[in-house]
Amino acid sequence: MTTTPLAAYLIVAALIFAVGLAGALTRRNAIMVLIGIELMLNAANLNLIAFWRYGPHPELLNGMMFAIFSIAVAAAEAAVGLGLVISIYRHAKTSDLEQMNRMKG
Amino acid sequence: MGFVFYLISAFAVGGALAAVLLKNLVHAALALTVAFLGLAVLFLRLDAQFAGFAQILVYVGAVAILVVFAILLTKGSEVPKEGVFSKTWLAGLAIAAAVFAVLAWAIVQAAPSLPNQSEVPAVTVNDIGNALMSRYVLPLEIIAVLLTAALLGAVIVAMHEKERAKQ
Repeated sequence: MTTTPLAAYLIVAALIFAVGLAGALTRRNAIMVLIGIELMLNAANLNLIAFWRYGPHPELLNGMMFAIFSIAVAAAEAAVGLGLVISIYRHAKTSDLEQMNRMKG
Repeated sequence: MGFVFYLISAFAVGGALAAVLLKNLVHAALALTVAFLGLAVLFLRLDAQFAGFAQILVYVGAVAILVVFAILLTKGSEVPKEGVFSKTWLAGLAIAAAVFAVLAWAIVQAAPSLPNQSEVPAVTVNDIGNALMSRYVLPLEIIAVLLTAALLGAVIVAMHEKERAKQ
């Protein structure tokens, strides 16, 4: 089996993290910001799994468990975040973040 | 470093880029699914079968569908006339580029001391189940409470406001 160095996985994760961060910071639509955050969480998961695989004690399952719990937390975050976007859309008739500049009404 | 790794990474990174850049939100959601699938295959390549299939089930199965539902419920499939990027997009891009530069610099600096290969860990789903039920039982319970709270919270937040207006 051909081996891939750990650094290659870390570079891929850093790339996906940067792309997700750029999306979260530059898009107007609230759903796209959530998509960017999901990409960043996924990049972090890739780091956790890669370090678990190349770490000294993979049989302890530390990184793997971290990734699995992180997937569960990200799913909860996505559900609540998208629920909030739908609720705000119903109230303000927009999902454009630049028009959501008031906390009240 | 094999050709397969480059191919999967190109799928993951390209899907992420397309998800961020595409103007139509439905197309962006599809590109996001490709990125999630690429990441799941990377997990499988790292011998993390359980995490890879959990990734496919949770992200490709549930989160992507949730995103598509949210896009359709908020009429997000129409491309806005004023553009999809915010006024401060240049600053956001600069911050993202700076973050990537710092991360890449750290990885390149550390690369000589990082391991290049290691033997395949002998971890079965049985071991993961045992760990979840013994060492990680408290986090598991907390995740269960969190997911229940998120389920209720998402339903309440997204519920119609008519009942509250009457009170």
